[in-house]
Amino acid sequence: MFEGWDAVALARAQFAFTMSFHIVFPAFSIGLASYLAVLEALWLITRREVYINLFKYWLKIFAVAFGMGVVSGIVMSYQFGTNWSAFADKTGPVIGPLMAYEVLTAFFLEAGFLGVMLFGLERVGPRLHFVATLMVAIGTLISAFWILSANSWMQTPAGHAINADGQFVAADWLKLIFNPSFPYRLVHMVLAAYLTTSLVVGAVGAWHLLRDQHLAGPRVMFSMAMWMATLVAPLQILAGDQHGLNTLEHQPAKVMAMEGHFQSHPNGAPLVLFGWPDERDAKVKYAIEVPKLSSLILKHSLDAPLAGLDTVPRENWPPVPITFWAFRVMVGLGFLIMGLGLLSLLMRVRGMMYQSALLHRFAVAMGPAGFIAVLAGWITTETGRQPFTVYGLLRTADSVSPLAAPAVGSSLIAFIIVYFAVFTAGVIYILRLMAQPPQPGERGPATDLPARAAGITPAAGAAAVEGAR
Amino acid sequence: MSIAIDLTTIWAFIIAFAVFVYVVMDGFDLGLGILFPLFPQKTDRDVIMNTVAPVWDGNETWLVLGGGGMMAAFPLAYAVLMPALYTPMIAMLLGLVFRGVAFEFRWRTQKARNKWDIAFTGGSLLATVAQGIALGAILQGIHVEGRHYAGGWWDWLTPFSILTGVSLVIGYALLGATWLVLKTEGGLRERAYVLSWVLLIAMLGAIGAVSIATPFLAVQYTQRWFAWPNIILTAPVPIAVAAVTALLLRALSNRNDVQPFFLSLALFALSYAGLGISMYPYIVPQSITIWQAAAPENSQIFMLFGVSILIPLILGYTAWAYWVFRGKVRPGHGYH
Repeated sequence: MFEGWDAVALARAQFAFTMSFHIVFPAFSIGLASYLAVLEALWLITRREVYINLFKYWLKIFAVAFGMGVVSGIVMSYQFGTNWSAFADKTGPVIGPLMAYEVLTAFFLEAGFLGVMLFGLERVGPRLHFVATLMVAIGTLISAFWILSANSWMQTPAGHAINADGQFVAADWLKLIFNPSFPYRLVHMVLAAYLTTSLVVGAVGAWHLLRDQHLAGPRVMFSMAMWMATLVAPLQILAGDQHGLNTLEHQPAKVMAMEGHFQSHPNGAPLVLFGWPDERDAKVKYAIEVPKLSSLILKHSLDAPLAGLDTVPRENWPPVPITFWAFRVMVGLGFLIMGLGLLSLLMRVRGMMYQSALLHRFAVAMGPAGFIAVLAGWITTETGRQPFTVYGLLRTADSVSPLAAPAVGSSLIAFIIVYFAVFTAGVIYILRLMAQPPQPGERGPATDLPARAAGITPAAGAAAVEGAR
Repeated sequence: MSIAIDLTTIWAFIIAFAVFVYVVMDGFDLGLGILFPLFPQKTDRDVIMNTVAPVWDGNETWLVLGGGGMMAAFPLAYAVLMPALYTPMIAMLLGLVFRGVAFEFRWRTQKARNKWDIAFTGGSLLATVAQGIALGAILQGIHVEGRHYAGGWWDWLTPFSILTGVSLVIGYALLGATWLVLKTEGGLRERAYVLSWVLLIAMLGAIGAVSIATPFLAVQYTQRWFAWPNIILTAPVPIAVAAVTALLLRALSNRNDVQPFFLSLALFALSYAGLGISMYPYIVPQSITIWQAAAPENSQIFMLFGVSILIPLILGYTAWAYWVFRGKVRPGHGYH
């Protein structure tokens, strides 16, 4: 299947594959955990039954998605050692502690309270249960903090020194953690997670509204999701723009690849809308360009000079076509998401939110858009970092484990087979749960689970919940 | 330098502690997967699943801490061991994928439930065998040159590593069986008692076999255990194993539901201490000591700060989660 690939290419393919599968689940569960916390808070404040029904409805979906995120995440924590041992040896003293803190402050928090969140409402009562939900939601955000710090350090390393063994060591932990690209990446990713979730929630709401405009649950979830899209999509475009300027400052070659700028432009660079970047000829073929617009966006001046890849040695070029196209997919979807938000605002103002089939169809179609945009964004930033693992300092080719290609190739095939089998099933189960509208008296996850603690009868537990409504 | 030495030893104990907590916590829930085929009835299986459903995720987080913590505190050891154990590690991860998703997936389908039950057992068994083999492969020594693993990708497979793989399956199954004694009632508990007896005897055989085989792997192990004056320190380990075994046999005869699980954990702790005695101060036996593998002091201090506050906190809320779901699990007591 992978004849002719060397161990480096195979290890990269394996990381890209396992990471792409993994990132989908956290992107969804970061947003969904926060959404669940909001729903439960609204229920506790208003005592409206629709909120607890929505909470239990999305909790079941959360349970399946979170489980897949956990198992695909364990794989990631061992990929560094199995396939990238030279990288692990050299960066362990700086990346390791960041990941250890992620485990200690985030993973345990999520895992420790997840059981109570999923199965414990009758056992601990609504208030303590809300604390558990909140802890899980906070845990997902803390996790994003640490892992994005680690990733950003690989993109824009700072605060480190190099010791006698050739290892990166910390010189200043604060500079290292809050390295130059970290704040931008964190904001961009968390907003992306929220948008991704709101698009899924909105699509499910719209799907059921297309069948029946009067369903209470779908109305509430659709309205909430569309508020998120309306408000956050423009913010996200702004955050993305700022992130891009930061990248231009610290990783110019990545921006050159994103823009398709093979040549330098001393008098204002054009914005290449579409085209086919040809690395061999060092030009974008069939390009559709807007003159000087790239300089306006990146330098806020029509005639500002912009350097191109001709100023970068060839061996330091990132793969241009992938970076170029992934970036366009992300940006295109970003504007479509903003379009959905604006259309929903228009319909909301005109009182047509729950009636407009056009809006609902658009929202259903945009359901997966967040995932695709997140993947495209990550492909842009990670491919654009090549050929380095630690930008400018450690080459990808010098980061791999001393393994023979067949070992990496066979494990890659194993991951592909297992992931497609397992996660396809999981996605089908999630879609099945989504195909049902939320019901009055919605059940939580795993209804066979005994909800009975020593000394508390089920009747009393149920009564406590009823009373709390 | 004396500070660095102390810190490194502290970190060796922290990582050892994380791995041990993982072994005891995920040990019993992997054990349940291994025992699953012996409980063919759906109601029994639902109960067994429900005894761990609220906590399995937290249990596996210790594995992430063990791996991530090792990369942080002993990056060289992590970088040498993971490629050396490549195949068992990948197998373990794939096994954990199958069994992890089974917890949720089996409730989401009627038709394919059996399929996910098989995935639960197969994944648990694969992960356990892989962990046991990895342990054996570490003990028997790893070929290191410079800062890299220098062996082939089948070096881990030897009769000794197969022995440790099988032993761990028996050990985890014993933890699973005594956990069921603790958490269930009626016919299910009766069968768990019978299994506990059988598995305890098998476990003693496994401990004996590994103990006899280990000194033959390297002179270092023999001297560590039998040379004077070490024997004063090492002799209490087998004596304690005998004492715990006696207590465990008594608890099983007296049909005490609570004690067998905790005594089985004690048996694990003693075996683990034995491993520690064999390996110390090497983290990759016979080639890399904990001091050679250690991360620089400022990485160790930075993390120690977090660990000393957070680990007690984590143990606290984990204990709370277990407390919330305490008591016997009964079939069909849903709130529907």
